[in-house]
Amino acid sequence: MAVVFEKPHALTDAPFHYCPGCTHGIIHRLVAEAIDELGIEGDTIGVAPVGCAVFAYNYFNCDMIEAAHGRAPAVATGVKRARPDKTVFTYQGDGDLAAIGTAETVHAATRGENITVIFVNNAIYGMTGGQMAPTSLIGQVTATTPYGRDAKANGLPIRICEMLSTLDGVAYAERVSVDCVKNILSAKKAIKHAFECQLAGKGFSIVEVLSTCPTNWGLSPTEALEWLRANMMTQYPLGLFKGER
Amino acid sequence: MAEQKVLMKGNEAIAEAAIRAGCKCFFGYPITPQTELAEYMAKRMPKTEGGVFLQAESEVAAINMVMGAAAAGVRVMTSSSSPGISLKSEGISYIIGCDLPCVIVNIQRGGPGLGGIQAAQSDYFQATRALGHGDSYAVVLAPSEIQEMVTLTAKAFDIADKYRTPVMILGDGAMGQMMEPVVLPEPSDAEKIEKTWATSGHGNKREHNVVNSLYIEPNVLENIVKERFERYATIKKEETLYEEYMTEDADIVIAAFGITARIAKNAIKAAREQGIKAGLIRPITLWPFPDEVFAKVADTAKAFLCVEMNMGQMLEDVKLAVNGKKPVSFFGRTGGVVPTPREILAEIVKLSQEVK
Repeated sequence: MAVVFEKPHALTDAPFHYCPGCTHGIIHRLVAEAIDELGIEGDTIGVAPVGCAVFAYNYFNCDMIEAAHGRAPAVATGVKRARPDKTVFTYQGDGDLAAIGTAETVHAATRGENITVIFVNNAIYGMTGGQMAPTSLIGQVTATTPYGRDAKANGLPIRICEMLSTLDGVAYAERVSVDCVKNILSAKKAIKHAFECQLAGKGFSIVEVLSTCPTNWGLSPTEALEWLRANMMTQYPLGLFKGER
Repeated sequence: MAEQKVLMKGNEAIAEAAIRAGCKCFFGYPITPQTELAEYMAKRMPKTEGGVFLQAESEVAAINMVMGAAAAGVRVMTSSSSPGISLKSEGISYIIGCDLPCVIVNIQRGGPGLGGIQAAQSDYFQATRALGHGDSYAVVLAPSEIQEMVTLTAKAFDIADKYRTPVMILGDGAMGQMMEPVVLPEPSDAEKIEKTWATSGHGNKREHNVVNSLYIEPNVLENIVKERFERYATIKKEETLYEEYMTEDADIVIAAFGITARIAKNAIKAAREQGIKAGLIRPITLWPFPDEVFAKVADTAKAFLCVEMNMGQMLEDVKLAVNGKKPVSFFGRTGGVVPTPREILAEIVKLSQEVK
């Protein structure tokens, strides 16, 4: 019998702790498939964030480091500079990458640090229970914007790919989504391409993946996917912002 | 052939000693009065086999780059001065929690806040008690001569690797800036200890390594911390360093570290010329603190005088070690003011009259 689907080798057997309907699991699998297809598991070091993906070090079969909140790009820089022949990636959420770790993100990018960043944007702080993220939408109700995010009081959402695409050190920046099969297939290609950029020594590569948080959005998994399409994709349009694919 | 002496600033001597000890990566951020160290690394590292110098965007980033390089298994160092060390505090705690070896240099300046840029010793508490949150300590080495900066830098890397712990070299603005002739060691092979735990790629030859400080189960975390404290106990037993100077017959024993100890030696010589039997205990490891020598000398001395460039910080450790056996008094200057031998001598004379 032909094998039509199997768990990628770059994922461990540990069961994911993610909530039902959360798309972290899909994104983990795509990263692992890219690592498998490129045959780089033995030469790859991943850096996990603080946030919902904090346990990513349990799920990826490559060597893993758990960084402080927002510091993954700096930790990854240390690894890459010490071992330039290895492949180094970070896996970060929106609070980690776009709030507390903005400086580390921007400077790793502008240095053209030859690392790959997987940026999971679900417009909310998931692990701490649904507080406003830098990427929360205007009007979005969260635990810390109970009356909806108000531009004057809470500031405006940040578009990371657009911002980083202005930096010369960035080789590749693309925003993708995992809300449907077509987009999942495209996201897979983007993630693999980001690793290929690093293997070719091109510099900083980032894939922003729009993701759902049914638990903290207060929606069913299906409704969450619809909400992502209707609201997040207008604020955060999918597409290639820097480089080629 | 006589050993060749070279004239070096303290900051440069630490940098050169680190390179010779096999330090492969340096991550730093400019801050007075340690900047010469980073500048020296910027010059030398690119000319060194596999050497990396990177000026980070912040102290926070620098210490996290240190964490990454340490996790990847190479010898790595950062340096800063007091306000910068406060910024590194988060990263130092993670490095301790991950059991990663590295060397952190603090060329202290006056504080709190922006404070000043002149030499101080007012980060003693921070270095020995509060380098990071959680149940955490790091070995703290306090050189008092440029030559000792060289030898302790090499030792710092060895201790770091042996016990998988960060090691701090605690200097001050004066030590960092002043020049003395030093003899440099031959470059050594850094890879003395195999780092089987390093996250440097498993090469499909072993299970994946994880460098992590997160343990959700309280019992698991407690056991991890307890294991680390067993290592701390070994460090205290094996690595405690101090210097005794004229303590055998001393009535008045000064406790001082770093540059203050050198000044105190001049005051002790002057006191002896006046017939006052003075001596010195100079802790070289501030953590672990050399309690035992204080307990021993407390049996024969009449009084202790702790001299520091702060408002009295090591004083607390000295009091704990002397444990009420003899009175412990204090003389300090702070804010970047360096005490003079004459001031210390006056304190010794005063104290000797009190304990007669």
